[in-house]
Amino acid sequence: MNMQATKRKYDAGVKDYRSTYWEPEYSVKETDILAVFKVIPQDGVPREEAAAAVAAESSTGTWTTVWTDLLTDLDHYKGRAYRIEDVPGQDDAFYAFIAYPADLFEEGSVVNVFTSIVGNVFGFKAVRSLRLEDVRFPIWFVKTCFGPPHGIQVERDKMDKYGRPLLGCTIKPKLGLSAKNYGRAVYEVLRGGLDFSKDDENVNSQPFMRWRDRFLFCQEAIEKAQAETGERKGHYLNVTSGTVEEMFKRAEFAKELGSPIIMSDYLTMGWAAHNSLSKWCRDNGMLLHVHRAMHAVMDRNPNHGINFRVLAKLLRLLGGDHLHSGTVVGKLEGDRNATLGWINLMRDKFIPEDRSMGVFFDQDWGAMPGVFPVASGGIHVWHMPALVSIFGNDSVLQFGGGTLGHPWGNAAGAAANRVALEACVQARNEGRELEKEGKEILTAAAKHSPELKAAMETWKEIKFEFDTVDKLDVQHR
Amino acid sequence: MSTIQDYPSRLSDPASRKMETFSYLPEMTRDQIRAQVQWIVDNGWNPAIEHTEPENAMDYYWYMWKLPMFGETDVDAILAEIEECRTANPKHHVRLLGYDNFTQSQGANMVVHRGKMV
Repeated sequence: MNMQATKRKYDAGVKDYRSTYWEPEYSVKETDILAVFKVIPQDGVPREEAAAAVAAESSTGTWTTVWTDLLTDLDHYKGRAYRIEDVPGQDDAFYAFIAYPADLFEEGSVVNVFTSIVGNVFGFKAVRSLRLEDVRFPIWFVKTCFGPPHGIQVERDKMDKYGRPLLGCTIKPKLGLSAKNYGRAVYEVLRGGLDFSKDDENVNSQPFMRWRDRFLFCQEAIEKAQAETGERKGHYLNVTSGTVEEMFKRAEFAKELGSPIIMSDYLTMGWAAHNSLSKWCRDNGMLLHVHRAMHAVMDRNPNHGINFRVLAKLLRLLGGDHLHSGTVVGKLEGDRNATLGWINLMRDKFIPEDRSMGVFFDQDWGAMPGVFPVASGGIHVWHMPALVSIFGNDSVLQFGGGTLGHPWGNAAGAAANRVALEACVQARNEGRELEKEGKEILTAAAKHSPELKAAMETWKEIKFEFDTVDKLDVQHR
Repeated sequence: MSTIQDYPSRLSDPASRKMETFSYLPEMTRDQIRAQVQWIVDNGWNPAIEHTEPENAMDYYWYMWKLPMFGETDVDAILAEIEECRTANPKHHVRLLGYDNFTQSQGANMVVHRGKMV
Protein backbone atom coordinates (compact mmCIF):
# COMPACT_ATOMS: atom_id res chain seq x y z
CA MET A 1 0.00 0.00 0.00
CA ASN A 2 2.98 2.28 0.56
CA MET A 3 2.76 4.58 -2.44
CA GLN A 4 5.96 5.49 -4.05
CA ALA A 5 7.78 4.23 -6.92
CA THR A 6 11.01 6.21 -7.00
CA LYS A 7 9.78 8.31 -9.91
CA ARG A 8 6.26 9.62 -9.90
CA LYS A 9 4.38 11.13 -12.76
CA TYR A 10 1.79 13.83 -12.52
CA ASP A 11 -1.65 12.26 -12.78
CA ALA A 12 -4.40 14.88 -12.32
CA GLY A 13 -7.69 14.03 -10.66
CA VAL A 14 -9.19 12.80 -7.42
CA LYS A 15 -7.61 9.74 -5.80
CA ASP A 16 -8.48 7.68 -2.78
CA TYR A 17 -6.85 9.20 0.27
CA ARG A 18 -5.85 5.76 1.47
CA SER A 19 -3.51 5.20 -1.43
CA THR A 20 -1.26 7.90 0.03
CA TYR A 21 -2.18 8.44 3.67
CA TRP A 22 -2.99 4.98 5.11
CA GLU A 23 0.18 3.14 6.18
CA PRO A 24 -0.56 0.36 8.65
CA GLU A 25 3.04 -0.85 8.46
CA TYR A 26 4.46 2.56 9.48
CA SER A 27 6.43 2.47 12.72
CA VAL A 28 6.10 5.74 14.58
CA LYS A 29 9.13 7.91 15.24
CA GLU A 30 10.11 9.41 18.60
CA THR A 31 9.93 12.80 16.94
CA ASP A 32 6.42 12.42 15.50
CA ILE A 33 3.47 14.25 16.96
CA LEU A 34 0.85 11.52 17.43
CA ALA A 35 -2.88 12.08 17.55
CA VAL A 36 -5.86 9.83 18.07
CA PHE A 37 -9.25 10.83 16.73
CA LYS A 38 -12.61 9.23 17.33
CA VAL A 39 -14.17 9.09 13.88
CA ILE A 40 -17.73 8.41 12.79
CA PRO A 41 -17.54 8.22 9.00
CA GLN A 42 -20.37 8.92 6.61
CA ASP A 43 -22.29 5.82 5.56
CA GLY A 44 -20.42 3.83 2.94
CA VAL A 45 -17.00 5.37 3.63
CA PRO A 46 -14.57 2.60 4.67
CA ARG A 47 -12.65 3.12 7.91
CA GLU A 48 -9.24 3.17 6.20
CA GLU A 49 -10.42 5.81 3.75
CA ALA A 50 -11.91 7.99 6.50
CA ALA A 51 -8.78 7.67 8.65
CA ALA A 52 -6.55 8.48 5.68
CA ALA A 53 -8.74 11.45 4.82
CA VAL A 54 -8.33 12.82 8.33
CA ALA A 55 -4.55 12.36 8.12
CA ALA A 56 -4.45 14.04 4.72
CA GLU A 57 -6.69 16.97 5.49
CA SER A 58 -4.89 17.68 8.77
CA SER A 59 -1.48 17.63 7.11
CA THR A 60 -0.33 17.97 3.51
CA GLY A 61 -3.31 16.79 1.49
CA THR A 62 -6.11 18.44 -0.37
CA TRP A 63 -9.05 16.95 -2.26
CA THR A 64 -7.32 16.59 -5.61
CA THR A 65 -3.84 15.96 -6.85
CA VAL A 66 -1.84 19.09 -7.68
CA TRP A 67 1.31 19.22 -9.78
CA THR A 68 3.24 21.05 -7.06
CA ASP A 69 2.98 17.89 -4.90
CA LEU A 70 5.80 16.63 -7.07
CA LEU A 71 8.12 19.51 -6.14
CA THR A 72 8.32 18.30 -2.54
CA ASP A 73 9.18 15.14 -0.71
CA LEU A 74 5.68 14.16 0.30
CA ASP A 75 6.90 11.16 2.27
CA HIS A 76 8.88 13.48 4.51
CA TYR A 77 5.97 15.80 5.24
CA LYS A 78 2.73 13.87 5.11
CA GLY A 79 0.69 12.77 8.11
CA ARG A 80 -0.09 9.05 8.13
CA ALA A 81 -2.98 7.08 9.54
CA TYR A 82 -1.12 4.10 11.00
CA ARG A 83 -3.68 2.32 13.16
CA ILE A 84 -7.39 1.80 13.50
CA GLU A 85 -9.14 0.49 16.60
CA ASP A 86 -12.72 -0.19 17.61
CA VAL A 87 -14.27 2.18 20.12
CA PRO A 88 -15.51 0.04 23.02
CA GLY A 89 -19.29 0.06 23.20
CA GLN A 90 -19.83 2.14 20.06
CA ASP A 91 -20.14 0.31 16.73
CA ASP A 92 -20.39 3.28 14.38
CA ALA A 93 -17.17 4.89 15.64
CA PHE A 94 -13.51 3.95 15.50
CA TYR A 95 -10.20 5.41 16.68
CA ALA A 96 -7.82 6.60 14.01
CA PHE A 97 -4.19 6.98 15.06
CA ILE A 98 -2.23 9.49 13.04
CA ALA A 99 1.47 10.32 13.04
CA TYR A 100 2.65 13.77 11.97
CA PRO A 101 6.32 14.29 11.17
CA ALA A 102 8.20 16.91 13.21
CA ASP A 103 8.97 19.12 10.23
CA LEU A 104 5.29 19.92 9.67
CA PHE A 105 5.31 22.24 12.65
CA GLU A 106 6.84 25.46 13.91
CA GLU A 107 8.89 25.02 17.08
CA GLY A 108 7.20 26.25 20.26
CA SER A 109 3.91 27.10 18.56
CA VAL A 110 0.90 25.37 20.04
CA VAL A 111 -1.15 27.61 17.77
CA ASN A 112 0.53 26.17 14.69
CA VAL A 113 0.10 22.55 15.78
CA PHE A 114 -3.60 22.93 16.44
CA THR A 115 -4.28 25.03 13.38
CA SER A 116 -3.12 21.96 11.48
CA ILE A 117 -4.54 19.05 13.37
CA VAL A 118 -7.90 20.48 14.36
CA GLY A 119 -8.24 22.79 11.38
CA ASN A 120 -10.38 22.27 8.30
CA VAL A 121 -10.61 18.57 8.94
CA PHE A 122 -13.35 19.06 11.53
CA GLY A 123 -15.74 20.31 8.88
CA PHE A 124 -14.77 17.68 6.39
CA LYS A 125 -17.72 16.00 4.65
CA ALA A 126 -16.44 12.40 4.60
CA VAL A 127 -16.73 12.22 8.37
CA ARG A 128 -19.99 12.67 10.20
CA SER A 129 -18.20 13.62 13.39
CA LEU A 130 -14.68 13.80 14.69
CA ARG A 131 -13.18 14.10 18.13
CA LEU A 132 -9.54 14.62 19.02
CA GLU A 133 -9.05 12.30 21.99
CA ASP A 134 -5.36 12.65 22.76
CA VAL A 135 -2.10 14.04 21.38
CA ARG A 136 1.43 12.85 22.15
CA PHE A 137 3.84 15.77 22.13
CA PRO A 138 7.41 14.62 21.50
CA ILE A 139 10.11 15.94 23.77
CA TRP A 140 11.55 18.26 21.08
CA PHE A 141 8.24 20.08 20.93
CA VAL A 142 7.85 20.19 24.72
CA LYS A 143 11.34 21.68 25.01
CA THR A 144 10.58 24.42 22.52
CA CYS A 145 7.39 25.47 24.34
CA PHE A 146 7.40 27.87 27.23
CA GLY A 147 5.48 25.98 29.88
CA PRO A 148 4.14 27.15 33.24
CA PRO A 149 5.61 30.48 34.36
CA HIS A 150 6.46 28.98 37.77
CA GLY A 151 4.87 25.59 38.32
CA ILE A 152 3.72 23.76 41.41
CA GLN A 153 7.01 23.59 43.26
CA VAL A 154 7.89 27.27 42.85
CA GLU A 155 4.38 28.38 43.75
CA ARG A 156 4.56 26.38 46.98
CA ASP A 157 7.86 28.06 47.81
CA LYS A 158 6.59 31.55 46.99
CA MET A 159 3.37 31.09 48.94
CA ASP A 160 5.16 29.09 51.66
CA LYS A 161 2.47 26.37 51.74
CA TYR A 162 3.30 22.68 51.92
CA GLY A 163 1.80 19.31 52.66
CA ARG A 164 -1.78 20.11 51.79
CA PRO A 165 -4.01 21.26 48.93
CA LEU A 166 -4.44 25.04 48.61
CA LEU A 167 -7.82 26.61 49.29
CA GLY A 168 -9.61 29.17 47.18
CA CYS A 169 -12.97 30.76 46.60
CA THR A 170 -14.65 32.58 43.75
CA ILE A 171 -16.30 35.79 44.90
CA LYS A 172 -20.06 35.89 44.34
CA PRO A 173 -22.41 37.25 43.15
CA LYS A 174 -20.22 37.14 40.13
CA LEU A 175 -21.56 40.31 38.63
CA GLY A 176 -22.90 43.53 40.09
CA LEU A 177 -20.89 44.20 43.26
CA SER A 178 -19.13 47.53 43.67
CA ALA A 179 -15.36 47.37 43.98
CA LYS A 180 -15.41 48.22 47.67
CA ASN A 181 -18.08 45.66 48.57
CA TYR A 182 -16.24 43.12 46.47
CA GLY A 183 -13.00 43.81 48.35
CA ARG A 184 -14.89 43.27 51.60
CA ALA A 185 -15.89 39.77 50.46
CA VAL A 186 -12.25 39.08 49.54
CA TYR A 187 -10.94 40.30 52.90
CA GLU A 188 -13.44 38.15 54.80
CA VAL A 189 -12.57 34.86 53.05
CA LEU A 190 -8.84 35.48 53.35
CA ARG A 191 -8.91 36.37 57.04
CA GLY A 192 -11.03 33.27 57.64
CA GLY A 193 -8.27 30.98 56.40
CA LEU A 194 -8.32 30.64 52.61
CA ASP A 195 -5.11 31.00 50.63
CA PHE A 196 -6.69 32.58 47.59
CA SER A 197 -9.81 34.24 46.38
CA LYS A 198 -10.71 34.56 42.74
CA ASP A 199 -12.33 36.95 40.31
CA ASP A 200 -15.12 35.31 38.44
CA GLU A 201 -14.29 34.79 34.77
CA ASN A 202 -17.04 37.21 33.79
CA VAL A 203 -15.49 39.97 35.86
CA ASN A 204 -13.29 42.10 33.61
CA SER A 205 -13.99 45.82 33.82
CA GLN A 206 -17.69 46.49 33.68
CA PRO A 207 -19.40 49.77 34.55
CA PHE A 208 -20.42 48.52 38.01
CA MET A 209 -16.79 47.76 38.91
CA ARG A 210 -13.88 49.02 36.87
CA TRP A 211 -10.74 46.95 37.01
CA ARG A 212 -8.50 49.52 38.63
CA ASP A 213 -10.83 50.07 41.57
CA ARG A 214 -11.20 46.33 42.05
CA PHE A 215 -7.45 45.76 42.02
CA LEU A 216 -6.87 48.46 44.65
CA PHE A 217 -9.54 47.28 47.06
CA CYS A 218 -8.53 43.63 46.67
CA GLN A 219 -4.89 44.46 47.38
CA GLU A 220 -5.80 46.15 50.65
CA ALA A 221 -7.89 43.08 51.52
CA ILE A 222 -4.91 40.80 50.87
CA GLU A 223 -2.50 42.91 52.89
CA LYS A 224 -4.75 43.22 55.88
CA ALA A 225 -5.62 39.52 55.89
CA GLN A 226 -1.92 38.64 55.70
CA ALA A 227 -1.06 40.89 58.63
CA GLU A 228 -3.95 39.49 60.61
CA THR A 229 -3.35 35.78 59.98
CA GLY A 230 0.42 35.73 59.49
CA GLU A 231 -0.05 33.69 56.31
CA ARG A 232 0.56 34.52 52.67
CA LYS A 233 -2.53 35.28 50.60
CA GLY A 234 -3.52 36.15 47.07
CA HIS A 235 -6.45 37.15 44.91
CA TYR A 236 -6.54 36.09 41.26
CA LEU A 237 -6.91 39.46 39.56
CA ASN A 238 -8.52 38.74 36.23
CA VAL A 239 -6.65 40.59 33.49
CA THR A 240 -8.65 39.06 30.64
CA SER A 241 -9.76 41.92 28.43
CA GLY A 242 -10.72 42.85 24.90
CA THR A 243 -7.25 43.68 23.63
CA VAL A 244 -3.79 42.44 24.39
CA GLU A 245 -2.59 45.98 25.17
CA GLU A 246 -5.31 46.39 27.77
CA MET A 247 -4.49 43.00 29.26
CA PHE A 248 -0.85 43.94 29.76
CA LYS A 249 -1.80 47.33 31.20
CA ARG A 250 -3.84 45.56 33.88
CA ALA A 251 -1.13 42.98 34.52
CA GLU A 252 1.46 45.74 35.00
CA PHE A 253 -0.78 47.50 37.49
CA ALA A 254 -1.29 44.26 39.45
CA LYS A 255 2.47 43.93 39.63
CA GLU A 256 2.90 47.53 40.73
CA LEU A 257 0.50 46.88 43.62
CA GLY A 258 2.40 43.78 44.71
CA SER A 259 -0.28 41.23 43.87
CA PRO A 260 1.21 37.72 43.80
CA ILE A 261 -1.17 36.28 41.19
CA ILE A 262 -3.31 37.23 38.21
CA MET A 263 -5.69 35.21 36.07
CA SER A 264 -6.73 34.75 32.48
CA ASP A 265 -9.16 32.74 30.42
CA TYR A 266 -7.00 30.94 27.90
CA LEU A 267 -9.67 29.81 25.48
CA THR A 268 -11.71 33.00 25.08
CA MET A 269 -8.58 35.18 25.20
CA GLY A 270 -6.81 33.19 22.51
CA TRP A 271 -3.75 31.02 22.80
CA ALA A 272 -1.24 33.46 21.38
CA ALA A 273 -2.37 36.19 23.78
CA HIS A 274 -2.28 33.70 26.62
CA ASN A 275 1.21 32.50 25.71
CA SER A 276 2.46 36.09 25.74
CA LEU A 277 0.87 36.69 29.13
CA SER A 278 2.42 33.53 30.49
CA LYS A 279 5.88 34.69 29.41
CA TRP A 280 5.24 38.06 31.00
CA CYS A 281 4.30 36.27 34.23
CA ARG A 282 7.61 34.44 34.41
CA ASP A 283 9.55 37.61 33.64
CA ASN A 284 7.68 39.48 36.36
CA GLY A 285 7.41 36.87 39.10
CA MET A 286 3.64 36.73 38.82
CA LEU A 287 1.70 33.49 39.35
CA LEU A 288 -0.91 32.75 36.69
CA HIS A 289 -4.29 31.21 37.40
CA VAL A 290 -6.04 29.92 34.30
CA HIS A 291 -9.75 29.56 33.84
CA ARG A 292 -11.28 27.57 30.97
CA ALA A 293 -14.49 29.32 29.89
CA MET A 294 -15.75 27.80 26.61
CA HIS A 295 -14.10 24.42 27.19
CA ALA A 296 -17.39 22.51 27.36
CA VAL A 297 -18.26 23.81 23.88
CA MET A 298 -15.32 21.77 22.63
CA ASP A 299 -15.01 18.90 25.06
CA ARG A 300 -18.43 17.79 26.25
CA ASN A 301 -19.83 16.05 23.17
CA PRO A 302 -18.43 12.52 23.25
CA ASN A 303 -18.41 12.28 19.43
CA HIS A 304 -17.24 15.66 18.22
CA GLY A 305 -14.71 18.21 19.36
CA ILE A 306 -11.57 18.04 21.50
CA ASN A 307 -11.26 16.03 24.68
CA PHE A 308 -10.33 18.14 27.70
CA ARG A 309 -7.17 16.08 28.23
CA VAL A 310 -5.85 17.68 25.05
CA LEU A 311 -6.88 21.16 26.16
CA ALA A 312 -5.14 20.51 29.49
CA LYS A 313 -1.94 19.36 27.80
CA LEU A 314 -1.85 22.36 25.52
CA LEU A 315 -2.33 24.70 28.47
CA ARG A 316 0.69 23.14 30.15
CA LEU A 317 2.64 23.88 26.98
CA LEU A 318 1.31 27.45 26.71
CA GLY A 319 1.91 28.11 30.38
CA GLY A 320 -0.22 28.50 33.48
CA ASP A 321 0.31 27.77 37.16
CA HIS A 322 -3.30 26.72 37.88
CA LEU A 323 -5.91 25.25 35.57
CA HIS A 324 -9.53 24.36 36.27
CA SER A 325 -9.91 20.62 35.86
CA GLY A 326 -13.38 19.67 37.07
CA THR A 327 -14.28 18.43 40.53
CA VAL A 328 -15.65 14.92 39.95
CA VAL A 329 -18.02 15.49 42.87
CA GLY A 330 -19.65 18.91 42.39
CA LYS A 331 -22.26 20.54 40.15
CA LEU A 332 -20.24 20.42 36.92
CA GLU A 333 -19.53 17.57 34.51
CA GLY A 334 -16.66 15.19 35.24
CA ASP A 335 -16.00 11.45 35.03
CA ARG A 336 -13.67 10.32 37.82
CA ASN A 337 -11.13 8.27 35.89
CA ALA A 338 -11.03 10.69 32.98
CA THR A 339 -10.43 13.56 35.41
CA LEU A 340 -7.66 11.63 37.16
CA GLY A 341 -6.12 11.05 33.74
CA TRP A 342 -5.85 14.72 32.88
CA ILE A 343 -4.83 15.91 36.33
CA ASN A 344 -1.92 13.46 36.07
CA LEU A 345 -1.14 14.98 32.67
CA MET A 346 -1.09 18.43 34.27
CA ARG A 347 1.15 17.54 37.21
CA ASP A 348 3.46 14.61 36.54
CA LYS A 349 6.77 14.36 34.70
CA PHE A 350 5.96 11.18 32.79
CA ILE A 351 2.49 9.76 32.24
CA PRO A 352 2.29 6.25 30.78
CA GLU A 353 -0.43 5.15 28.38
CA ASP A 354 -3.42 3.98 30.41
CA ARG A 355 -6.70 3.47 28.59
CA SER A 356 -8.61 3.10 31.87
CA MET A 357 -7.79 6.78 32.47
CA GLY A 358 -8.33 7.82 28.86
CA VAL A 359 -4.58 8.27 28.29
CA PHE A 360 -3.74 6.95 24.80
CA PHE A 361 -0.03 7.71 24.66
CA ASP A 362 2.99 7.88 26.94
CA GLN A 363 3.69 11.55 27.57
CA ASP A 364 7.13 12.74 28.65
CA TRP A 365 7.24 16.35 29.85
CA GLY A 366 11.00 16.49 30.42
CA ALA A 367 11.75 19.24 32.91
CA MET A 368 8.58 21.23 32.21
CA PRO A 369 6.98 22.24 35.54
CA GLY A 370 3.56 20.96 36.55
CA VAL A 371 0.29 22.86 36.75
CA PHE A 372 -1.96 22.85 39.82
CA PRO A 373 -5.35 21.36 38.92
CA VAL A 374 -8.19 23.47 40.33
CA ALA A 375 -11.37 21.81 41.56
CA SER A 376 -14.08 24.45 41.55
CA GLY A 377 -17.84 24.49 41.24
CA GLY A 378 -20.65 23.38 43.54
CA ILE A 379 -18.46 21.88 46.26
CA HIS A 380 -18.74 22.29 50.04
CA VAL A 381 -17.30 20.87 53.26
CA TRP A 382 -19.00 17.50 52.88
CA HIS A 383 -17.09 16.96 49.65
CA MET A 384 -13.75 17.62 51.35
CA PRO A 385 -12.79 14.00 52.19
CA ALA A 386 -13.45 12.88 48.61
CA LEU A 387 -11.65 15.90 47.14
CA VAL A 388 -8.52 15.38 49.24
CA SER A 389 -8.57 11.71 48.34
CA ILE A 390 -9.06 12.27 44.59
CA PHE A 391 -6.83 15.31 44.07
CA GLY A 392 -4.10 14.79 46.67
CA ASN A 393 -1.90 17.63 47.91
CA ASP A 394 -1.00 19.26 44.62
CA SER A 395 -4.35 20.88 43.90
CA VAL A 396 -6.37 24.00 44.58
CA LEU A 397 -9.81 23.33 46.03
CA GLN A 398 -12.20 26.21 45.46
CA PHE A 399 -15.38 26.65 47.38
CA GLY A 400 -17.43 29.62 46.15
CA GLY A 401 -20.97 29.16 47.41
CA GLY A 402 -19.47 26.67 49.86
CA THR A 403 -17.61 29.53 51.56
CA LEU A 404 -19.80 32.59 50.97
CA GLY A 405 -23.03 30.75 51.68
CA HIS A 406 -22.09 29.99 55.30
CA PRO A 407 -24.84 31.19 57.65
CA TRP A 408 -22.34 33.32 59.63
CA GLY A 409 -20.64 34.83 56.62
CA ASN A 410 -17.48 34.51 54.59
CA ALA A 411 -14.85 34.37 57.33
CA ALA A 412 -16.67 31.60 59.15
CA GLY A 413 -17.23 29.79 55.86
CA ALA A 414 -13.54 30.01 55.07
CA ALA A 415 -12.55 28.78 58.51
CA ALA A 416 -14.95 25.85 58.18
CA ASN A 417 -13.31 24.82 54.92
CA ARG A 418 -9.80 25.25 56.28
CA VAL A 419 -10.57 23.15 59.37
CA ALA A 420 -12.22 20.46 57.24
CA LEU A 421 -9.26 20.42 54.86
CA GLU A 422 -6.65 20.15 57.58
CA ALA A 423 -8.63 17.48 59.43
CA CYS A 424 -8.79 15.41 56.25
CA VAL A 425 -5.08 15.83 55.51
CA GLN A 426 -4.16 14.94 59.07
CA ALA A 427 -6.39 11.85 58.98
CA ARG A 428 -5.01 10.76 55.61
CA ASN A 429 -1.46 11.07 56.92
CA GLU A 430 -2.47 8.92 59.89
CA GLY A 431 -3.45 6.21 57.43
CA ARG A 432 -7.21 6.60 57.60
CA GLU A 433 -9.43 6.09 54.56
CA LEU A 434 -11.01 9.43 53.79
CA GLU A 435 -13.82 8.33 51.53
CA LYS A 436 -14.99 5.71 54.03
CA GLU A 437 -14.45 7.62 57.24
CA GLY A 438 -15.15 11.14 56.01
CA LYS A 439 -18.19 11.68 58.15
CA GLU A 440 -16.47 10.69 61.40
CA ILE A 441 -13.40 12.77 60.55
CA LEU A 442 -15.44 15.90 59.87
CA THR A 443 -17.71 15.34 62.86
CA ALA A 444 -14.71 15.04 65.17
CA ALA A 445 -13.12 18.18 63.71
CA ALA A 446 -16.37 20.11 64.15
CA LYS A 447 -16.14 19.60 67.91
CA HIS A 448 -13.35 22.18 67.94
CA SER A 449 -14.84 24.38 65.24
CA PRO A 450 -18.30 25.89 65.59
CA GLU A 451 -17.83 27.29 62.05
CA LEU A 452 -17.42 23.79 60.62
CA LYS A 453 -20.35 22.48 62.62
CA ALA A 454 -22.63 25.20 61.22
CA ALA A 455 -21.38 24.52 57.68
CA MET A 456 -22.08 20.81 58.02
CA GLU A 457 -25.61 21.54 59.17
CA THR A 458 -26.20 23.96 56.29
CA TRP A 459 -25.11 21.73 53.41
CA LYS A 460 -25.98 18.29 54.68
CA GLU A 461 -28.63 17.52 52.10
CA ILE A 462 -27.14 18.98 48.92
CA LYS A 463 -26.12 16.47 46.28
CA PHE A 464 -25.50 16.59 42.55
CA GLU A 465 -26.50 13.27 41.12
CA PHE A 466 -26.88 13.82 37.41
CA ASP A 467 -25.18 11.34 35.12
CA THR A 468 -22.03 12.40 33.28
CA VAL A 469 -22.50 13.09 29.56
CA ASP A 470 -18.87 12.74 28.50
CA LYS A 471 -17.83 9.35 29.81
CA LEU A 472 -14.79 7.31 29.04
CA ASP A 473 -15.41 4.87 26.20
CA VAL A 474 -16.06 1.58 27.95
CA GLN A 475 -18.10 -1.44 27.04
CA HIS A 476 -21.26 -0.62 28.94
CA ARG A 477 -22.08 3.04 28.60
CA MET B 1 -30.09 27.06 62.64
CA SER B 2 -27.77 28.33 65.34
CA THR B 3 -27.52 32.04 65.97
CA ILE B 4 -24.88 33.95 64.08
CA GLN B 5 -21.45 34.08 65.74
CA ASP B 6 -18.70 36.63 65.31
CA TYR B 7 -15.39 35.54 63.78
CA PRO B 8 -12.97 36.70 66.47
CA SER B 9 -9.73 37.22 64.52
CA ARG B 10 -8.03 40.58 65.24
CA LEU B 11 -5.04 42.44 63.87
CA SER B 12 -4.38 43.61 67.44
CA ASP B 13 -4.39 40.08 68.87
CA PRO B 14 -1.22 38.05 68.23
CA ALA B 15 -3.15 34.90 69.04
CA SER B 16 -4.98 35.40 65.72
CA ARG B 17 -1.80 34.56 63.79
CA LYS B 18 -1.74 31.17 62.12
CA MET B 19 1.21 29.03 61.08
CA GLU B 20 0.07 27.25 57.93
CA THR B 21 -0.70 23.50 57.76
CA PHE B 22 -2.62 22.17 60.78
CA SER B 23 -2.65 25.52 62.55
CA TYR B 24 -6.46 25.62 62.28
CA LEU B 25 -6.65 22.38 64.30
CA PRO B 26 -6.00 21.95 68.00
CA GLU B 27 -2.34 21.49 68.87
CA MET B 28 -1.32 17.90 68.16
CA THR B 29 -0.91 15.33 70.94
CA ARG B 30 2.25 13.24 71.17
CA ASP B 31 0.53 10.35 69.43
CA GLN B 32 -0.70 12.57 66.65
CA ILE B 33 2.79 13.97 66.10
CA ARG B 34 4.17 10.42 66.05
CA ALA B 35 1.71 9.51 63.29
CA GLN B 36 2.84 12.50 61.20
CA VAL B 37 6.51 11.56 61.69
CA GLN B 38 5.64 8.06 60.54
CA TRP B 39 3.97 9.54 57.42
CA ILE B 40 7.15 11.43 56.56
CA VAL B 41 9.26 8.30 57.04
CA ASP B 42 6.83 6.14 55.05
CA ASN B 43 7.05 8.54 52.12
CA GLY B 44 10.83 8.38 52.08
CA TRP B 45 11.18 12.10 52.83
CA ASN B 46 14.06 13.53 54.84
CA PRO B 47 12.87 14.87 58.19
CA ALA B 48 14.06 18.28 59.34
CA ILE B 49 13.31 20.59 62.25
CA GLU B 50 13.15 24.39 62.26
CA HIS B 51 12.21 26.94 64.89
CA THR B 52 11.60 30.67 65.21
CA GLU B 53 10.49 33.43 67.51
CA PRO B 54 6.70 33.63 67.07
CA GLU B 55 6.92 37.26 65.90
CA ASN B 56 9.10 36.20 62.97
CA ALA B 57 6.96 33.25 61.95
CA MET B 58 6.00 34.76 58.61
CA ASP B 59 9.58 34.81 57.33
CA TYR B 60 10.45 32.18 54.75
CA TYR B 61 13.53 31.12 56.69
CA TRP B 62 13.30 29.89 60.24
CA TYR B 63 16.37 28.70 62.18
CA MET B 64 17.47 25.21 61.20
CA TRP B 65 17.83 22.85 64.13
CA LYS B 66 21.10 21.15 63.22
CA LEU B 67 20.89 19.63 59.71
CA PRO B 68 18.04 17.73 58.08
CA MET B 69 18.08 14.13 59.28
CA PHE B 70 19.00 12.56 55.95
CA GLY B 71 17.99 8.92 55.76
CA GLU B 72 16.64 8.84 59.31
CA THR B 73 13.76 6.36 59.59
CA ASP B 74 13.67 5.85 63.36
CA VAL B 75 10.50 7.63 64.50
CA ASP B 76 11.67 7.79 68.11
CA ALA B 77 14.95 9.39 67.12
CA ILE B 78 13.07 12.07 65.18
CA LEU B 79 10.67 12.68 68.07
CA ALA B 80 13.65 13.01 70.41
CA GLU B 81 15.17 15.72 68.18
CA ILE B 82 11.90 17.64 68.23
CA GLU B 83 11.94 17.44 72.00
CA GLU B 84 15.55 18.57 72.20
CA CYS B 85 14.89 21.56 69.95
CA ARG B 86 11.85 22.47 72.01
CA THR B 87 13.72 22.28 75.30
CA ALA B 88 16.51 24.45 73.94
CA ASN B 89 14.03 27.00 72.53
CA PRO B 90 11.01 26.89 74.82
CA LYS B 91 9.46 30.16 73.60
CA HIS B 92 9.77 29.33 69.91
CA HIS B 93 7.50 27.76 67.35
CA VAL B 94 8.96 24.42 66.28
CA ARG B 95 8.09 22.88 62.95
CA LEU B 96 8.66 19.51 61.38
CA LEU B 97 9.44 19.24 57.67
CA GLY B 98 9.72 16.38 55.24
CA TYR B 99 12.07 17.27 52.39
CA ASP B 100 11.14 15.52 49.16
CA ASN B 101 14.31 15.57 47.06
CA PHE B 102 12.50 14.24 43.98
CA THR B 103 10.05 17.14 43.73
CA GLN B 104 12.60 19.61 45.16
CA SER B 105 9.87 20.58 47.58
CA GLN B 106 8.60 19.78 51.05
CA GLY B 107 6.09 16.95 51.24
CA ALA B 108 5.20 17.96 54.77
CA ASN B 109 5.61 21.07 56.88
CA MET B 110 3.75 21.51 60.17
CA VAL B 111 4.17 23.28 63.48
CA VAL B 112 4.55 20.68 66.23
CA HIS B 113 5.06 23.07 69.10
CA ARG B 114 3.48 26.49 69.34
CA GLY B 115 5.36 29.20 71.16
CA LYS B 116 3.45 31.84 73.06
CA MET B 117 2.24 34.57 70.73
CA VAL B 118 3.36 38.04 71.69
